[in-house]
Amino acid sequence: MRIAVLGLGAVGKGVLRVLAEKPELGLVLTGVADSASGWIDPDGIDPGEVLDRKCTTNRCGTAGLTADDILDAGEFDVLVEVTPTNASTGEPALTYIRRALISGHHVVTSNKGPIAIAHAELEDLAREQGVALRYEATVGGAIPVIHAIRSGLLGNRAHAITGVLNGTCNYILTRMDEEGLTYDQALAEARELGYAEADPTYDVRGIDAAIKLVILANTCWNLGVTLNDVSITGIDCLTVDALRLAADQDCTIRLIAEASPERGQIRVAPRVLPRTHPLVIEGTLNAVTLSMDLAGEVTLMGRGAGSRETASAIVGDLLAIRDRFIECG
Amino acid sequence: MRKWVNNEGLSSAWIKVMGEGISVHVSMKLEIKDSPGQLVAALTPISEYGGNIIAVIHQREPETSSDTLGVQIVLEIDHERLDGLVAALRRQGVNILRLGEERLLFRQSVIMIGHLIHTDIGDTIDRIDRTGFAEVAELNVQMPAITEPSTALITIKATTRSKMDRALDLLREVAAEKGLVIVEPLEEADR
Ligand SMILES: NC(=O)c1ccc[n+]([C@@H]2O[C@H](COP(=O)([O-])OP(=O)(O)OC[C@H]3O[C@@H](n4cnc5c(N)ncnc54)[C@H](OP(=O)(O)O)[C@@H]3O)[C@@H](O)[C@H]2O)c1
Repeated sequence: MRIAVLGLGAVGKGVLRVLAEKPELGLVLTGVADSASGWIDPDGIDPGEVLDRKCTTNRCGTAGLTADDILDAGEFDVLVEVTPTNASTGEPALTYIRRALISGHHVVTSNKGPIAIAHAELEDLAREQGVALRYEATVGGAIPVIHAIRSGLLGNRAHAITGVLNGTCNYILTRMDEEGLTYDQALAEARELGYAEADPTYDVRGIDAAIKLVILANTCWNLGVTLNDVSITGIDCLTVDALRLAADQDCTIRLIAEASPERGQIRVAPRVLPRTHPLVIEGTLNAVTLSMDLAGEVTLMGRGAGSRETASAIVGDLLAIRDRFIECG
Repeated sequence: MRKWVNNEGLSSAWIKVMGEGISVHVSMKLEIKDSPGQLVAALTPISEYGGNIIAVIHQREPETSSDTLGVQIVLEIDHERLDGLVAALRRQGVNILRLGEERLLFRQSVIMIGHLIHTDIGDTIDRIDRTGFAEVAELNVQMPAITEPSTALITIKATTRSKMDRALDLLREVAAEKGLVIVEPLEEADR
């Protein structure tokens, strides 16, 4: 199966490393682009060579060859779209994804923007074209939560989704709880360890978790919810005293994303949980509980980000597409 | 998620924080023999089952035969033990004429953060108390460290689940108005 990769940051590199490491998967790279260069070869590109070039020159291919050129050439079965997230417009990724679907190509993405903004439209487009749109990597990193909803738990109806969807916040809250750090101290530590961005607003204000919740909710119920529907409270208001008051009750505080159409509720907010609760997880981990009518509660936990972990979700999507749509060998 | 509430390992603190209605208000009308010691005999199982008697009202009604006595009792009891109590009373030969409507006694604690004192904490409490169906049962305010906003644990009691929801809605409203943040327990899905 031929794949074209748009974006060569942490995630794109992670995918190429897996391709280099596991040739037996039969995933052949035929196109790749970063923000200023690209490479197209219908006969296959050596992913190791792309990584070397990117590492030494910061360009992965021919200068001036763009994502649009790769889409124009169309020499691939699946587009792997892993460019930066734009939460307000979804661009340029949204346009790349639309173009690929319209021209009859499958799409796998880790990009929350387009999926949160245009899920229904893109799904319809994929259905009309008879191709797949998969986005496991957009939520919960390595955790196969969308696989669980779409295949493992088929036949169930979801009552609610509840989860810890932002590793940065979970790290900060874990440290405030364990060490009695103030919010500012814990944030500074998270930054130093590379768990928080220079501008952590999206994470600590709960927006990143809310975007992921929108994606999960639309995957589950297809009710067309948007980021504006989510009631959001971040963690930047939390005091040392708040964690101590919770601790006095044998509880702690975590940033919880929660959606339940039955209760007319979709929100992200810090919440008090008993320490024994399955969503009380440590550090940068993520977890999601799916409350289903047949299965009851199913909780999945794992690494919510990282180059290799996110590549795991992408490769899983790619192989699911191969098994469903493309004759092997 | 309700099943977590019943898990063995759960602390009483969890139940308290979750505000699950663990005790109920029950009013029952009993018919007991009008002879010495009978009332005490009827009341004994209530304490054995951990019930807390709130009121005992004797009533002699014309339709009851002369050798029996009607007694109305209002008590508070763990709702899981109510059935056991009813059976025990019947074993004692007590005739239960009527079992009054249960009133769940909900308790829920939330954490409030912000300039609690400067936004008139007295008024915040009043707004809940004035509803008539809910009240602030406990308030634990932590005084701020230097420039931090203050933090409080506020425990609300309400008569029913929906009244609790209304009280919490009201608290959210007041908090939004005053720029306070509320950290609620992760509530369990009601099914
Ligand atoms: N990192 C994670 O753990 C993680 C986890 C889940 C989801 N995600 C999502 O996955 C996506 C990629 O994340 P990342 O961490 O790999 O981001 P990143 O490190 O910032 O890399 C982004 C890559 O996209 C390239 N790019 C930018 N504009 C482009 C364009 N118009 N055409 C082609 N390539 C373009 C950049 O090129 P240059 O190299 O030339 O700058 C860069 O290589 C994001 O949407 C992110 O939200 C990331």
